[in-house]
Amino acid sequence: MEGEAGDFQITLIKKPKYIDEDQCTGCTACVEYCPVKYPDPFNQEISQNKAIHIYFAQAIPLVTYIDDSCLYLKEKKCGICEGICKNHAIDFNQRAEKIEVKVGAVILAPGLEPYDPGLRHDYGYGQFANVVTSLDYERLMCATGPYQGEILRASDRKHPHKIAWIQCVGSRQVIPGGNSYCSGVCCTYAQKQVILTKEHDAEAECTIFHNDIRSYNKDFERFYQRTESLPGVRFIRSYVSIGREIPASKNVTIRYSTPDDGVKEEEFGLVVLSVGLNPPADYTALADKFGIELNAHGFCQTNPVDPMEATRPGIFVSGAFRGPTDIPESVFSASAAGSECGELLNYRRGKLTQARIYPPEKDVAQEEPRIGVFVCHCGANIGRIVDVPATVEYALSLPHVAYAQEQLFSCATNSAKEISDMTREKGLNRVVIAACSPRTLEPLFRDTLREAGINQYYLDMANIREHNSWVHSKEREESTRKAQDLIRMSVARARHLEPLQEFDLPVNKAGLVVGGGLAGMTAALSLANQGHEVYLVEKESDLGGMARRLHSTLEGLDVQQYLIDVVGKIYRHPLVHVYTEAAILETGGYVGNFATKVKSRGRVMEIKHGATLLATGAEEYRPTEYLYGEDERVVTNLELEEQIAGRDERLVGARSLVMIQCVGCRNAERNYCSRVCCSHSIKNALNLKALNPQMDIYILFRDMRTYGYYEDYYREAAGKEVRFIRYEPTDPPEVEPAVGEEGLGVLRVTVTDPILGKRLEIDADVVALAAAVIPSAGSQEAARLFKVNSNPDGFFKEAHVKLRPVDFVADGIYLCGMAHYPKFITETLSQAYAAAGRALTLLSHDTVVASGSVCEVNERKCIGCGACISACSYGAIEFRETRQGKKAVVNPVICKGDGLCNAKCPTGAISLKHHTDEEILSQIDAAVQP
Amino acid sequence: MSGVSRLQYTTESRLIRVMCSGRVDLAFVFRAFLKGTDGVFIGGCRLNECNYDTHGNYHALNMVLLAKRIMEHIGLSPERLRVEFMSSGDGIRFAEVMSEFGRKVKELGPLGQGEGLDEGILKSKLAEITRLIPYIKMAKKEKLGSRLSNPERYADLFTRDEIDRLLREVTSYYIDPAKCQACMLCARRCPAEAIISVKNQIHVIDQEKCIKCGTCFEVCPDRFGAVKEISGVTVPPPIPEGERTVVRKK
Repeated sequence: MEGEAGDFQITLIKKPKYIDEDQCTGCTACVEYCPVKYPDPFNQEISQNKAIHIYFAQAIPLVTYIDDSCLYLKEKKCGICEGICKNHAIDFNQRAEKIEVKVGAVILAPGLEPYDPGLRHDYGYGQFANVVTSLDYERLMCATGPYQGEILRASDRKHPHKIAWIQCVGSRQVIPGGNSYCSGVCCTYAQKQVILTKEHDAEAECTIFHNDIRSYNKDFERFYQRTESLPGVRFIRSYVSIGREIPASKNVTIRYSTPDDGVKEEEFGLVVLSVGLNPPADYTALADKFGIELNAHGFCQTNPVDPMEATRPGIFVSGAFRGPTDIPESVFSASAAGSECGELLNYRRGKLTQARIYPPEKDVAQEEPRIGVFVCHCGANIGRIVDVPATVEYALSLPHVAYAQEQLFSCATNSAKEISDMTREKGLNRVVIAACSPRTLEPLFRDTLREAGINQYYLDMANIREHNSWVHSKEREESTRKAQDLIRMSVARARHLEPLQEFDLPVNKAGLVVGGGLAGMTAALSLANQGHEVYLVEKESDLGGMARRLHSTLEGLDVQQYLIDVVGKIYRHPLVHVYTEAAILETGGYVGNFATKVKSRGRVMEIKHGATLLATGAEEYRPTEYLYGEDERVVTNLELEEQIAGRDERLVGARSLVMIQCVGCRNAERNYCSRVCCSHSIKNALNLKALNPQMDIYILFRDMRTYGYYEDYYREAAGKEVRFIRYEPTDPPEVEPAVGEEGLGVLRVTVTDPILGKRLEIDADVVALAAAVIPSAGSQEAARLFKVNSNPDGFFKEAHVKLRPVDFVADGIYLCGMAHYPKFITETLSQAYAAAGRALTLLSHDTVVASGSVCEVNERKCIGCGACISACSYGAIEFRETRQGKKAVVNPVICKGDGLCNAKCPTGAISLKHHTDEEILSQIDAAVQP
Repeated sequence: MSGVSRLQYTTESRLIRVMCSGRVDLAFVFRAFLKGTDGVFIGGCRLNECNYDTHGNYHALNMVLLAKRIMEHIGLSPERLRVEFMSSGDGIRFAEVMSEFGRKVKELGPLGQGEGLDEGILKSKLAEITRLIPYIKMAKKEKLGSRLSNPERYADLFTRDEIDRLLREVTSYYIDPAKCQACMLCARRCPAEAIISVKNQIHVIDQEKCIKCGTCFEVCPDRFGAVKEISGVTVPPPIPEGERTVVRKK
């Protein structure tokens, strides 16, 4: 890579696949005939694959490649695949290709490498057959895994009954070959594996050996409880070592100790090592190539206040290369990196796009249906089982079928052209393609219809591959009959298909950001830097939110200074309009076209905006426990931070300070972990130790949840003699005023130490409570106004935890920051950029396209019963008063086309277009042989 | 996934695509049986794993629980209808369920015959149920939209008694010729166009077309009160055409 931000020249080497990707249809006939078997890398080399194969079932592009185990590549022998492939996609002459590209920015997303426990010969991995890594186990459980989803032991191919998980393998270990950080994801993935194991085999006995259980993420505490409550599941807090392999059974023993029983050795049928996350392979070479710096752990060095930015301008990172990361954060860091690139390259936005021109659409609505049927052989995939010529004959005998033909591969470019040519030539006005699943190719064939000049909704696909030839491959006659039945059903439906219009709605280019904390301000700036007008609404008189109460971070950021910078940027940016002391009175509209009434300092104005970002933050719980509010020596973590920043004399002079974790959460009332408090307490402890090294600091905790790099600070605190004492929620600490040894008033903290097995009394001058982070009142208000959802704990509910982590279900509304869940500043900033990135995908377009397949109401038939309204979770249906009473009306822009309303309507008044009752009933009728 | 993994199962199934299992209408199920389909299978996503937050699969579940009770009511084996929830990755399970269901339906025999029902009678019963679907949907509106988290409660959502009663005591609507003033309000509002309405002629409800939504009952002005809600008794025959002229009240 050469050049600089905005103008990089990149040379890529594309290794040969020995497959012409444009020709390969992914039919995998070649795989079946390939004689070479070798250990399948995707399935952790547990099972075999062929020299020619698709890397994994959902690979993109879904084409095969030839591995170097191929006989032809090695010895010029074989070449069977070449003969099998009917589309001539095999190309043994392919050579590595050099490709030069010019780009303005680079996003590095090389992912991670699982920790390899074989390297240190720990845990018997590689020596004992029945010790596997969690990734091996993941593949074992998977339907596309080595044993089609059966969990089998390597030693005897039998189902293990007693399975142990060992946590923190390669993580939280300061030993050569280990990683000092916490990998952050293993506690929860191991719990997932336990739940899935119990689904495979309800009788399985599952044991998790762990240190702390770090369920610090949204909804993970409940997930942990769910796992723990399953019968036959044990969580044992203990360091462990692998004992031996029992020669006869090949079972493996684990030695561990519990406070009650001391050291024990127990036998397990299978041991799963919960391995941590390492930087990607070859990370130093990668860093050299791109001229970026790595951190001490080998992950990418990023900027704490611009967490997607590598050390070289123009290079961004997303995903686990930034450090151990779970899926939601990977996904939103990707959107965030996108937004950062957008800021850099905004001046060139849209310069490379080309509009596609289609021929004008012919109006055929008044014509009699003339249906064309195209039956695909899919090479041998369909043709070998289904009698395709006979099926074409059959199709021709069906009513309204004007034309039918067979095709070798309907999806090949020449075949698609053939479909559009024949449609025009034969005057067809409906097309049925009998081939594969519409999931993959429906968009392609819709495009084919547009090319043919007819409405794209005049298409139906009969799936005669996934639903037929592939799953009935030994029953030629039956599957030919089934193919004909499926085509008859498609033809019946095609008769009733209607032309539908996808309409373009103009997009208002402005964004509304609710909440002027770090999340809201960062998102607002990212939008504004990409040329969008932003209205930033804050209920307080000053911007800054929760960050106003923070002074430092563990990484050493001066939060107040940073805040001043950001607020300055906000006020200086010509496109950002700030409203403080503001309240939202009402809001309405839909994606691309919202209108919100805001009252600020006595003035009311209406803001029109295309996108809405909710960043309404969170609050600190006001404890009722541990004498808080009664004794001024009891403070919360945030108050303690204020006092540290102010060098409060009484605090700095304190001889002894006790911190109590999990105050107000991880309990029945707030069944979640506030995520930040463990690290927050450690930060305060380290800052106090710096001010007064003599101070005795105790942290009373349930699980220390210093995930990721925060683990290093936990270790540092322990090294500085901060004392950590674990307590059980059933036996919480007690705090009472007392008179200390020197006759001075103290707070006497009593706690049971489970390791020593006795009650300890600690005389403290100050008690700091790690008070829960709770949803803000503003979030609850916003949820009501904007009609968005919250989870049971009151935090905003994203549209999908993994797939759409910063979107709400309603289009055009996004979320970020602590209103989503407690998080650190760096995480908040990532998410803020992500929300801006998502909003940009909308705002950067002039129009949004609304699908044609939405619901509509026939008012004549509507009786105003409201069944449709309660079925619709998008709020797309409303009542409208008419002279004939109230009638339902659908906003097609909000409708997602699931048709729940259609199924509920008693009178057939509401109808999902493209999946109407008539269309589906005609298929049902045609399913039975006439 | 069963397709991609080439998992083999029996060949009887014919799949119809819907965008959400909650789109499957009660009417679809009975239409399939009416046409002689021997078994109906509905496949939805795993419960609580909706990617769109609509959880339409619960709607499908409720509909199936209701349909099974109706099937019992008319003497059809409820095992001819099955709903399963699985992800696209559950190929093995899909193939197993298809084969299992295929076997089950073969065991039950051809529709009606297996249950020892006369073909003609079964057809007329299915046709009657089809006619009553709007009424059933309206009567069970709340329950059809509910969300059952506990599988142990599935059996109680709709009880046998409840559905038997619902279908035994079907509500009908009838216009009292003595009270109708031919104001045409009901006819204008009837969603099924089931009211024979001629100016100055007493209105008559075509019982074959009526979907029993009760709109006529609601809109008939109180001062006339001509529309009657009746249940458990036969609807009086329509007044002969020649005698329909309205005698206006003075």
